[in-house]
Amino acid sequence: MVTQLVEPTEKLVYQRPDSLAELYTHYCPGCTHGTAHRLVAEVLDELRLQNDTILVASVGCSVFSYKYFDVDAAEAAHGRACAMATGIKRVHPDKIVFTYQGDGDLASIGLAETMHAAIRGENITVIFINNAIYGMTGGQMAPTTLPGQETTSSPFGRDVRLTGNPIHVAELLAAIPGTAYSVRRSMHDARHVLQAKKAIQTAFTVQQQGLGFSIVELLSSCPTNWKMTPNEALSWVRDNMLPVYPLGDYKVPESLQSTKRGKRD
Amino acid sequence: MSKELLKGNIAIAEAAVRAGCEAYFGYPITPQTELLEHMSSRMLELGRVFLQSESEVAAINMVYGAASAGARAMTSSSSPGISLMQEGLSYIVGSEVPAVIVDVVRGGPGLGNIQPSQGDYNQLVKSAGHGDYHPIVLAPANIQEAIDLTVLAFDLADVYRTLVFVVADGTLGQMMEPAELPPMRALRPRPEWALTGKGERPQNIISSIYLSADLLEAFNQKLQAKLALIAQREVRYEAYQLEDAEYVVVAFGTVGRIAKTAVQNLRRQGIAVGLFRPITLWPFPEKQLSELADSGRIKAFLVTEMNAGQMLQDVRLAVGRDVPVHFYGRMGGVVPMPEEIETALAELVNGNGRLPKTILEGKNGHPTR
Repeated sequence: MVTQLVEPTEKLVYQRPDSLAELYTHYCPGCTHGTAHRLVAEVLDELRLQNDTILVASVGCSVFSYKYFDVDAAEAAHGRACAMATGIKRVHPDKIVFTYQGDGDLASIGLAETMHAAIRGENITVIFINNAIYGMTGGQMAPTTLPGQETTSSPFGRDVRLTGNPIHVAELLAAIPGTAYSVRRSMHDARHVLQAKKAIQTAFTVQQQGLGFSIVELLSSCPTNWKMTPNEALSWVRDNMLPVYPLGDYKVPESLQSTKRGKRD
Repeated sequence: MSKELLKGNIAIAEAAVRAGCEAYFGYPITPQTELLEHMSSRMLELGRVFLQSESEVAAINMVYGAASAGARAMTSSSSPGISLMQEGLSYIVGSEVPAVIVDVVRGGPGLGNIQPSQGDYNQLVKSAGHGDYHPIVLAPANIQEAIDLTVLAFDLADVYRTLVFVVADGTLGQMMEPAELPPMRALRPRPEWALTGKGERPQNIISSIYLSADLLEAFNQKLQAKLALIAQREVRYEAYQLEDAEYVVVAFGTVGRIAKTAVQNLRRQGIAVGLFRPITLWPFPEKQLSELADSGRIKAFLVTEMNAGQMLQDVRLAVGRDVPVHFYGRMGGVVPMPEEIETALAELVNGNGRLPKTILEGKNGHPTR
């Protein structure tokens, strides 16, 4: 009797990217941090950058991102990720250095460090998560909070007469000569997630080519602090955030214009 | 190597370069700016990292990044700038990366002035950031010592993976005197814990976060053990004419140097005075001072500082209650003349260990400027 070996019929189509550690994250169900992590990790894998990349994590919900990405990583002080990344990149100009920051960290307490990194044309990549709220501290008003949006520190809705209007980071940084690449994407549905990944890939390519400061602003959901189900939160991004934060390419280097998406005439 | 006429700030900068400083980040502030200026040409000449940051907050976090990346990194500033760095200092200690910071102290509080002061003693020794730790604080009294201690600062930072301050003041930063620079050292290799891209090894992480209370306490216990080791091994001080001294002036940095002149003048009159000059403000030479107090020979100590008596508290803790400890200080950027310290010491001697009230108040009958 001859035993016939049967070829396995399984075909692996989806797995954890190597650049993500084999860990459970602490992120809330429905939070898009997980999506953003996966997109960045897939890009690092595809560009074969895992072994040559240094992450600077920030303070906020993504404080533990240094554990979730399987790359060399530092955990910066609140708002100082771009300054710390500057120190690292200047010592290792041949390595890929990126920060992963939320809106409180980048656009409030760390705005000076972010702006000046861009002004210097620091050749680093910033992954910027904009969910219109302070997540980790429990849902306070952020500089990105929408007009009228209720938070635990704007209980009557954000009053723009008292607290100003939302900050448009992608547009703001695009105006700086040192910025090579500045775009805004969203993660509220599959099509937009794929567009977000493409932008992340371009941002890292910009850094690989030494073109200057690159940033991808990602509109993200916070079901817990918005007090919504995950699906409601994604719809809220689409219906409420997109009108305030238009998606688009605010600056793309000429040499990479072919990868430009959502070209507006 | 031979002696050359050097300005303090530039001597410290060049000493750092020769000690193998690979990355400098800083922000202009008087009276330390020449240090940054020297680095701006010298580091680039050598193909090393120089960056003028947008603020002291950014500077210290750039140092944190560069040190995490495995470079010998430093910044320099003056009092208000150091205050701005406090959070970063704490992160550096909490994640155990080596860094060197030069503080050329100026008069405070607030904007104060740009004159020499020692008003940062507490800021550096007692409260350089949140949490339980002390940085190593080295206090030179002349330019040669500033050079030597700058080199030592980088070595100590590496050995203990901690923060080391070199504390000067406007006098030391701005004055010129002959001194010898050290030979140029090669850059040291990257430590194995540094962030360099993981390559084939497991991930390296530089972080100061321990969400679990037990883990944070365990880290703190380890940190305290390290600090205890530093306290045991790294105390440095100068003992000048203490063998037979009955009266001892305790002073550090520039004031230590001025006090030495006062001691020399009184010695010429046959008065048994000596100088105890802490070189490490932390670890403070507590045991040595305590033993001196316990010798039974000392009738009184006189602490002199360019502040309201910040080191005074450490001297009192070391000396205890058996020997009187008096204080004579000038503030707000006023540098005492040797005669002032001499007069205070002489009156202490005449009063058999007691100072007249006028001296205690620091006014009347003493040279003022």
